[in-house]
Amino acid sequence: MKFGRRVLTPLFAAALAVAPFAAQQALAQGKAPLVKYKVVDEDSIPKSLTGKPGDPEKGKKWAIAGRLGHCIACHVMPVDEPYMGEVGPSLVGVASRYSAGQLRMLIVDPKVVNEDTMMPAFYKADGFHRVRKAFVGKTMLSAEQVEDIVAYLLTLKEEEKQ
Amino acid sequence: MLRISIAAVALAAFAIGAVSGAAADDKPLQPWERKENHVKPPKGSPLDYLVSGYWFRTPKTRALQDDDFENPAFLWVEQAESEWTTVDGKAGKSCSSCHDAVEKSMKGVSARYPVYSAKNKKMMAITHQVNYCRENYMKAKKWKWESDKMLGMTSLIGLQSRGMPVNVSIDGPAKKFFEAGEKFYHQRRGQFDLACVHCHQGNFGMYIRADFLSQGHSNGFPTYRLKWQKLGSLHRRFRGCNNNIRAVPYKRGSPEYTNLELYLAWRGQGLKVEAPSVRQ
Ligand code: HEC
Ligand code: HEC
Ligand code: HEC
Repeated sequence: MKFGRRVLTPLFAAALAVAPFAAQQALAQGKAPLVKYKVVDEDSIPKSLTGKPGDPEKGKKWAIAGRLGHCIACHVMPVDEPYMGEVGPSLVGVASRYSAGQLRMLIVDPKVVNEDTMMPAFYKADGFHRVRKAFVGKTMLSAEQVEDIVAYLLTLKEEEKQ
Repeated sequence: MLRISIAAVALAAFAIGAVSGAAADDKPLQPWERKENHVKPPKGSPLDYLVSGYWFRTPKTRALQDDDFENPAFLWVEQAESEWTTVDGKAGKSCSSCHDAVEKSMKGVSARYPVYSAKNKKMMAITHQVNYCRENYMKAKKWKWESDKMLGMTSLIGLQSRGMPVNVSIDGPAKKFFEAGEKFYHQRRGQFDLACVHCHQGNFGMYIRADFLSQGHSNGFPTYRLKWQKLGSLHRRFRGCNNNIRAVPYKRGSPEYTNLELYLAWRGQGLKVEAPSVRQ
């Protein structure tokens, strides 16, 4: 599995500073200020970013939405969609492979776990090169949306048939 | 259609709860996977084999490219043929005044472009050279990079290299431009934080949403894209690939994109020139 414990320093992620934001856009969902979080065991964010569990129904929606989660751009998921990407592993049964904290880490900033990954960081607002103006200083998902997707992924257990 | 069938296989796999990918392993080799469609990469290439974007497209799209009468790009090529002999500018010259028959003078030219121009001390794409001739030798106005006239002319010139292997020079004065292009190719950019190498080296032959990834070669440009309903330049494609990952694109004809063009041509060194190709 590519997402092993090939760990680099999670320091910068833990220290993600409060970033200033322009008015929130329909596409870019991040809101100021970014919630601070703590990385544990170098691959997990055990605490919910919002302090509450997310809504799995909404999470499924965000995961499919082309302008938000984009998850199906790269992952096959147990949903009824004509086009799903193959560049990442199938997310079927993913909850049997990862804890909630690990899933949260992967969505927030997967480069903490695998520096070379193709998967974007969905809750990171800076440190990028030449971001288009409309997205500068913004995260791809809001903290609520991250939690919703975590909640949805947690329903994807092995043997799950939808 | 290929992409539908793959999605169908994936869905069918869910239906029976089997997600091990066994179904995928039994598929016959796709055109892009077949040895006879592979070309040996240049020395030092990161790829095990080269395969043209052509082989990643559907039989229908390939058929459009195979037949010059069906290939919509030839509407532009025909215009360019008459442009070739049309006098324009204060010097009272046409391309043919200096270059005679395009079939002879432009044979093999596109295959070795972009080139380092000692005179201009920069990398020149064919498009730069055409405008150089227009401004300096014809005393005529430049054509816009993405104008019908320019796309037609670069297609007409490209056509004279059809079937010839891409063969750019990356040594000597070209080296530093090549290295800049190589760096660009590997630089992550945009909110998606992706580099060219992620999509076109690590994942060709895979779907990213509804798009079937090729090795991202330049041998087919200019390309008639069905999605654009128009001929388009390589630099337009670069802009698209930058924009999609929410990165600020560069200008067409910029030094950055011209260096990238050189590096990309080398990645496809040995592939046959297909200009003007047809893509999805
Ligand atoms: C641009 C492609 C891309 C997008 C978009 C993407 N991922 Fe990924 N993802 C990957 C790749 C590639 C991996 C494989 C691991 C690696 O490369 O480190 C991966 C791995 C994962 C894993 C670990 C799976 C496993 O079995 O090891 C999870 C969970 C995951 N992604 C969830 C998501 C979610 C949720 C989204 C949407 C919010 C998403 N991904 C969007 C490319 C992507
Ligand atoms: C007055 C003469 C003249 C005219 C008119 C002219 N060119 Fe040129 N062209 C040249 C010369 C001389 C070169 C060699 C490079 C240089 O000196 O810039 C050249 C080089 C080229 C090259 C590169 C060839 C190679 O082998 O690298 C292309 C392509 C080209 N011209 C296209 C055109 C087109 C298209 C037109 C008409 C729009 C045109 N030229 C009009 C004189 C001319
Ligand atoms: C997120 C993935 C992604 C990234 C990153 C990406 N591309 Fe692409 N590119 C595509 C897709 C999808 C296509 C259309 C299908 C194909 O030919 O691969 C494409 C097509 C191309 C083509 C046309 C190939 C042909 O045969 O017509 C070229 C050339 C190209 N890309 C170059 C680049 C360059 C250079 C970069 C880096 C600046 C880049 N791409 C970055 C996804 C990407």
